[in-house]
Amino acid sequence: MDKMRRKVVGAAGASVMAASLPSQVFAQSAPIKIGMSMPQTGGLGGGGQAALVAIRLWVDDVNAKGGLLGRKVEFVAYDDQSNPANTPGIYAKLLDVDKVDLLIAPYATVPTAPIMPLVKQRGKLLMGNFSFQVNADVKHDMWFNNAPWNDARGWSRGFIESGIAAGGKSIAVVASDQDFAQNLADGVRAYITNLKLNKVYDQNYPPTTKDFSTIIRAVRASRAEIIFIASYPPDSAGIVNAIHEIGVGEQVRILGGGMVGLGFTPIMINLGSKLNGITNFNTYVPGMKMPGIDNFFRRYTERAKAQKVDELGFYLPPFNYAIGQMLEQAINATKSIDDRRLADYFRKNEMQTIVGPVRFDAGGERVNQRLITAQFRGVKDKDQEQFRSPDRQIVIFPPSDKTGDLIHPYERAQKS
Amino acid sequence: MRFWSICAGFIVLAFGLVQSPVNDYFFFAGFVILQAIVLATAWNILGGYAGYVNFGVPAFVGTGAYAALLVHLSISGPLIVQILFAALVSGALGFLVGLISVRLRGIFFSIATVALVFIMETLVINWRYLGGATGLQLTRPTEAWPFDGYVRMLFWVMVVMAVIALAIARYIQDSHFGRGLRALRDSEDAAECAGVPTLRLKLMACTVSGALLGAAGAPMPMYMSYIEPYSSFNLVYAVSALAMPIIGGMSHWIGPLVGAILLATIQQIVTVTISSELNVLVVGVLLVVFVIAAPDGIVGLYRKWKASSK
Amino acid sequence: MAFSVDLLIEAVIFGLLLGCFYAAVSIGLSVAFGLLDVPHVAHPAMLILGSYGVYLLGQYGVDPIVAGLLLTPVFFFLGAGLYRMYYETFEKRGQSAAVNGLAFFFGLAFIIEVLLVVAFGVDQRSAEAGYIGGSLKLGEFRIPFRLVVAFGVALVLTAALTAYLSRTFTGRAIKAVGQDEAALRLMGADPVRIKQIAFGIATGVNALAGAMLIIVTPVEPTMDRIYIGRTFCVVVLAGLGSMSGTLVAAIILGVAESIVLMFLGASWAPAVAFGLLLAVLAFRPKGLFGR
Repeated sequence: MDKMRRKVVGAAGASVMAASLPSQVFAQSAPIKIGMSMPQTGGLGGGGQAALVAIRLWVDDVNAKGGLLGRKVEFVAYDDQSNPANTPGIYAKLLDVDKVDLLIAPYATVPTAPIMPLVKQRGKLLMGNFSFQVNADVKHDMWFNNAPWNDARGWSRGFIESGIAAGGKSIAVVASDQDFAQNLADGVRAYITNLKLNKVYDQNYPPTTKDFSTIIRAVRASRAEIIFIASYPPDSAGIVNAIHEIGVGEQVRILGGGMVGLGFTPIMINLGSKLNGITNFNTYVPGMKMPGIDNFFRRYTERAKAQKVDELGFYLPPFNYAIGQMLEQAINATKSIDDRRLADYFRKNEMQTIVGPVRFDAGGERVNQRLITAQFRGVKDKDQEQFRSPDRQIVIFPPSDKTGDLIHPYERAQKS
Repeated sequence: MRFWSICAGFIVLAFGLVQSPVNDYFFFAGFVILQAIVLATAWNILGGYAGYVNFGVPAFVGTGAYAALLVHLSISGPLIVQILFAALVSGALGFLVGLISVRLRGIFFSIATVALVFIMETLVINWRYLGGATGLQLTRPTEAWPFDGYVRMLFWVMVVMAVIALAIARYIQDSHFGRGLRALRDSEDAAECAGVPTLRLKLMACTVSGALLGAAGAPMPMYMSYIEPYSSFNLVYAVSALAMPIIGGMSHWIGPLVGAILLATIQQIVTVTISSELNVLVVGVLLVVFVIAAPDGIVGLYRKWKASSK
Repeated sequence: MAFSVDLLIEAVIFGLLLGCFYAAVSIGLSVAFGLLDVPHVAHPAMLILGSYGVYLLGQYGVDPIVAGLLLTPVFFFLGAGLYRMYYETFEKRGQSAAVNGLAFFFGLAFIIEVLLVVAFGVDQRSAEAGYIGGSLKLGEFRIPFRLVVAFGVALVLTAALTAYLSRTFTGRAIKAVGQDEAALRLMGADPVRIKQIAFGIATGVNALAGAMLIIVTPVEPTMDRIYIGRTFCVVVLAGLGSMSGTLVAAIILGVAESIVLMFLGASWAPAVAFGLLLAVLAFRPKGLFGR
């Protein structure tokens, strides 16, 4: 009787051990810690929360496959509230208190700019996260910006060329006085000097501005035909509202360009039909072919629903998942987590991700750009699922992704 | 004499600490605590000794930071030049504020100092060379000999600055100057009638206070490797610089020291363990509690305890 | 910025509407500070608190102005209670309490700010209503409805409060208590109670003013800081103790801000209120209609 019991107990014990084997494998060696600050509240919070779901999805995926180099991946993220003053302290804490091995940058230029000198000084690799030209002055050689754009010309070409083709001869530039918008607007200002466009209005506004009726009134008075706006989510929404309150004039051919936030699902739902006619940049619209993207969205939406976060996850999440994929490939290929060795790998190799192949140039920006310019059409109020249809955002540039032509003037497109 | 030997000992101790292999974050956080000591001590020279409540601390700190930045950008000046220039500019600003105090008393003076914060902030926002609202990324010098790292050097510089600030406060308190200020605080009209040169005293107190505040702000650009106006002129500096002397005790130079160490340490612990948001709540609540229950601060409580235990 | 008469006219109209709105948000301070001499730097923070209260009720479908009216009695009692506490702790103790009184309200303002951040986050919040989003079209001019609504409510509020203070016994007692407490006592009114009622009214007004704030612009917790400048500018420019002066002073501020905004740009606008405040303090501290 005892022998039987002992055998059963032994078998039970063995199966328990077998079931706990994966974690036992991890328990042997120290985890790989990846850390970042993510704006989860504040102006960028709408995008940041969604991005975080995607990164955590990758962390779980990679741990299910056995981790990296046999070690479990641990992930820690703090909320910087979209405030650039918070990020240096957070990254100092990540490095010296949490003692993370690898760093990912916060979503967006404004929270990222302050930590560039610090990261360069500490000799750490930094995976950029949708920043724009934030390394131009610091010139950190271990910076790799995960975003489908490179410079201002690449960003705005589609927009400006379409505006000129539609008959636009004068241009107004409205830009927030912060790192992203200024980098972009300065680039656009330089780009258009050779294009024989008449610049009739050019204003920066403080990033804390909440009421745009005066600025839009002035833009209207300038009678500009092309209106390029570089703004962050709260201002983008405010500007769209002001445009509908004040109006910009019937001479406007094309309006938009660099309004961050018009790709965030909560803002898209909130603004609804006010988006119609606006031509803006985007990183993903339904219909674009990317390897494995549908599968990703399915799994992402499941998690996002549970966490009550942006369920569509178009703009940012696929790219944040791709950051994980790139780290995974580099770590597995170099068999190390040393910053310098990973940086060398990134510099020399093309990586395959769910947003397509990714290659970096000498400055750490993406060589193979794929930023699209699309016009909102037929958008209805308070409807989330409508955005899954490719005909809500018609891609007018680049030719490889194009699905239609620009409708102009802007006021006609508003009613589409 | 005993004061000076303690100071010297402290500076030497700090030097040793900086060379030791203590975690870098300690110095990162320690810098903030030391800066708080300077801010609280400087505020108290005008607020505690003279009774003029300066809500415009951020104007001076921010001006100091941007003055230092100007030195760095234009002539690549070393830290010591940055600090001295910052003290000069902020001292001048303090002098101007002192002139304001001629016409304005009480809450009017305080509101005027708040106005100064926003006016300085707006000036900087419109000054593109200094970065405007966007701000600037800054590279620290790589060499920080004889220190192991730039943050450690800044920590030690802050130790020296704190000692200097305390020494100045202590000197003022025990001097003729201090007695004049106290007379002024108790009743400005009576003091004037008694022949106290109130205007001169106020101008001196404002200038010294302003200069110290600016000096405390000067290392900020290099400390963060980044500067932008909204955090440099943040009104939270005002409530902190006000709370620390009130909590510690406004009548003695050791009050701001006690208040600053206590409050700033709690703030750093809260920031690291809970969230950076709640550390402002800590300041606000402690300020209100002390103002209601113990307006003479910890020093006041200590004195009462000593008197009652005799 | 190209100058044109059209733009100037629009800026002035915008400024007039904005000014009336500023009057509504400042009138509470006119009572609390102008009449009662309470160093109420936390007044703008209570204004923002009112806005968030309106936002919260808006989540349940309540119209902003209705929400403001609903919150008015709540804020009245809040204000009365706050004054009682201030009186017991500071006013009773006398002159040396000046520093502490200021520090108390300053600390209170920050506590309110942080609690709002903890409860609602740092994101901007707006109100939704049928009259927000469209504008009045007069030829080339476009006047946003939200400003017209705020203008209307502000006028009614200011008129009502001014009438109350001049026509009713309590109202006149409030005006008198700042000037001569002893005489008031002889008239049979308890000064402390009168002051409590006054402070309660000043805070209650903040509920409705907060509703207008969130109608006019999105709110976030640190907005109280710039409103310290605007409200104190209006109250000081008007002259302590003058209710009708508040409207005039507020319109002056509104028009000044609007013109600077239009012709010098949004980056100089924050300095207008504070600059005007400093100028008034420097050259005419009594204000325009001060006692």
